[in-house]
Amino acid sequence: MTTLKARIKRNALPSAEKIEEEQLRLVWKTPIGWRYWTSVNNTQVGLWYGGAAFAFMLFGGVLALLVRTQLAVPRNNFLSADFYNQAFTLHGTVMMFLFAVPIFEAVAIFLLPPMLGARELPFPRLGAFGFWSFLIGGVFVCGSIFFDAAPSSGWFMYPPLATDKAYSGIGADIWLLGLSFIEVASIAAAVELIVGIMKCRAPGMRINLMPLFAWYLLIVAGMILFAFPPLIAGDILFEMQRMFDWPFFDPTRGGDPLLWQHLFWIFGHPEVYIIFLPAIALMAMIVPTFSQRPIVGYSWIVLAAVGTGFLSFGLWVHHMFATGLPQISLAFFSAASEAVAIPTGVQIFVFIATMLAGRVIFSVPMLFGAGGLAIFVIGGLTGVMVALVPFDWQAHDTYFIVAHLHYVLIGGMLFPLVAGVYYYYPLINARILSPRLGRTAFWLMFAGFNVAFFPMHLSGLRGMPRRVFTYPEGIGWDWLNLISTIGAYVFAAGVLVVVFDVVRPKHREPRSEQNPWKAGTLEWLNEPEENWGVRSIPIIESRYPLWDQADLMQKVNEGAYYLRSAKENRRETLITSVLDAHPLQCQRVATSTTITIISAALLGGVFVALTFELWILALLSGIGTLSAILWWLWTGTGETPEKKTKDVGLGLRLPLYASGPDSVGWWAMFITMVGDGTAFASLIFGHFFYWTIHPDFTLGQPGPGMRWPMIALSLFVAAWVAMLGARRLNASGWIDGARVALVAAFLLTLAASAAGFAGPWQHDMQPTAHVYPAIVWILVIWALAHAAVGSVMQLYCLARSLAGRLTREHDMELHNVALYWHFMAITAVITFAVIGLFPEAM
Amino acid sequence: MRIIPKEVETLWTLFTAPVIWAGHFLACYALAAIWCAKRGDLGFAVVQAGIVAMTLAALAMIVLSGWLAWRQWGFGTNDPPHDDPSATDRNLFQGFATLLLCGLSFVAVLYVALPLLFIDGCSS
Repeated sequence: MTTLKARIKRNALPSAEKIEEEQLRLVWKTPIGWRYWTSVNNTQVGLWYGGAAFAFMLFGGVLALLVRTQLAVPRNNFLSADFYNQAFTLHGTVMMFLFAVPIFEAVAIFLLPPMLGARELPFPRLGAFGFWSFLIGGVFVCGSIFFDAAPSSGWFMYPPLATDKAYSGIGADIWLLGLSFIEVASIAAAVELIVGIMKCRAPGMRINLMPLFAWYLLIVAGMILFAFPPLIAGDILFEMQRMFDWPFFDPTRGGDPLLWQHLFWIFGHPEVYIIFLPAIALMAMIVPTFSQRPIVGYSWIVLAAVGTGFLSFGLWVHHMFATGLPQISLAFFSAASEAVAIPTGVQIFVFIATMLAGRVIFSVPMLFGAGGLAIFVIGGLTGVMVALVPFDWQAHDTYFIVAHLHYVLIGGMLFPLVAGVYYYYPLINARILSPRLGRTAFWLMFAGFNVAFFPMHLSGLRGMPRRVFTYPEGIGWDWLNLISTIGAYVFAAGVLVVVFDVVRPKHREPRSEQNPWKAGTLEWLNEPEENWGVRSIPIIESRYPLWDQADLMQKVNEGAYYLRSAKENRRETLITSVLDAHPLQCQRVATSTTITIISAALLGGVFVALTFELWILALLSGIGTLSAILWWLWTGTGETPEKKTKDVGLGLRLPLYASGPDSVGWWAMFITMVGDGTAFASLIFGHFFYWTIHPDFTLGQPGPGMRWPMIALSLFVAAWVAMLGARRLNASGWIDGARVALVAAFLLTLAASAAGFAGPWQHDMQPTAHVYPAIVWILVIWALAHAAVGSVMQLYCLARSLAGRLTREHDMELHNVALYWHFMAITAVITFAVIGLFPEAM
Repeated sequence: MRIIPKEVETLWTLFTAPVIWAGHFLACYALAAIWCAKRGDLGFAVVQAGIVAMTLAALAMIVLSGWLAWRQWGFGTNDPPHDDPSATDRNLFQGFATLLLCGLSFVAVLYVALPLLFIDGCSS
């Protein structure tokens, strides 16, 4: 506050507006010095996220150049076979997990608040925690190659190669645990983005006026919730086999490597669209701006986004056409793979129609966008080819597939992303990137890309398999590979030009205008020098408010709308309704903190310690993580505001507190648990998968019996009822009754967990003997781990109540924990019904 | 009890038809996979009949949800772009987008059922 006084003193007679503005600036001020890194604001976190993802991309690119150099000539010995395996595995892993997905999270975290007219996303600390988790996990995975310990079994880690410790070494553990950690970050981002898009839009921004970028991101975040958890479930099974010899993928003991392929590709195929849709979303912002007109067919884009989001989940088996599944099954996936071409094509036609209907300015972003789409269309066409089973059997595991996937990913993701970098750079730095360098970069990249990857179609059709580290001369692959390598270097030169353009100092260049491309959407209100997002939160009446709402920029900057000041020195944003964006609540959001870094580092410690099987360290890190998160929740969430309502401007008073479905926290819990439920469903899928492949699933192994699972089931249901009772009693004002119900729920949870454990334990089920006891144990462990988390939540609520921070009016925690327990009850009922009843019923 | 549901205002109706597609897809896949694993090639007609029945049911549900969307869209009396800042236009937009998704889902369900015309056994 002294700074504020000093500043006011400097201006002889500050107006009321000036004081308000200065106070708002101070509240949102970015910390300086080392504390800069404790910032949780979306602008900084988005930039770090993007910068880190780009750095990983360059690292992955260097690996690709090593691979291409090795393949340039036959019988080359530039790399050893083992190092080659590490290089191509890490290249794929880095590009998919450390670049393609995180870069979209970065762009979304950076862009969404200004685009939606919000000050901040609802959970800034969660966003920062996600970033730090990503960074730690990414450095861990990438660093392994410097110790000759990188994963080397291919980016999809197929067993039995990757489960064999002698062949795959510690690299496979680094892959599994490092990436599990990063998946946590992705799910955190999904929670943040879904709640942000649904609940934090500027007043008046109804869903028919929402920027298309937000529509796409909403769908993509939803897809993450259903796509990533199956991989987490698969990772768990995989690590249990590697660490403790549980035979999930070992056919000699009833396991099946194909289950891994199913779980991996249920993640892996939607992943392609999780990568592609945000890039296309950038195009949906860029094309209207440079066509100087609104998009043609807004609803059709929504159709395409939602349609692609769903259909992309029906494609996973097309990666498994050569595994010997029944042809009727293959045909379903082949059909769905062809169907997804429809919504994908709709988007391309919408862009073409918009360009035809407008007057197109051929700027650098348009050049990258159009070039990318041309490449993508070629990749899409080869995609239609390989979606046909007979053709796929010819092309499977050859360089034809390598060509196809790079056409899809580089055309559908990298080029539009570079278009986005050129387009949005002024929002970062208030400067525009050089059009001359941009054009040079484009032509180098476009030409280099095609020279590198087009010949791979031919080398693939000539039979060159993927993943070979060298090949003999004279079988028609020599010159094709040499051309590919030359193209790869030209392409890399183009990428370097982009990097140079982005990082070269520009402080001598003139500041660009606030909206240099004359775009129509709200993010261009953002002034890079300010950290507050928008000076005041406007009322939106158009899809392109800067084109249609006269003087909007001026009025926003004058503070003519909502939340023009920060009188209580708190960071605040508006919560609005899902469909019509009516203002509902004034949400206070978190400020800079070190707890996100500490939590991420401790959680990282758990994963790293597990990789090296340092059990004590893993346990200590786990306890540390739990303590850090509890401290974070206790000190940073569920705060009781000093007053019930607040004047947010324009004569509107809004509540400062909400609980239950009205609160953003409840939605975050709901969304997290949907993802969690998907992981659980994947394990259940595994159970029934093993049942289908064996004539006698249990193979004479003892089951857990019916008695203990049924007792566990009943006790978990009782614990759930007690939780609901606690919530109801608290709401009715009988606080002591609520506390007793919480204690009862806790004790019931302990008893239920003991009963759940007793079933397989008392029947002496040996998880290493056969896959049946192993999958039963995994289901029980899953349920018990969730019960443990659920009981910590019960104690947390009890402690909050005893501390007077959970009261009749302020009962957000109790609502969220009750919601968790709905999912817990479903998990327990399904788990114990399946393990207790299923073998008996069979 | 009314047969045709009354109009509801929620975001979720947008996803009705794609969810029906997903349910149909999963059911067809699970039926065929379990049948092929447990019964070999015996009585593939059961699988065929099951898929035909599920396909007809899915298509009927999509048509119904398409009709509801058409009603939400005002039976086509208003043309897009539906970009006025009003609850009416928001509702029309939802109706139109839902209708488009019903069309896509209808076609996609047919695609998934198509293999029945060409494949008459599990044969792996």
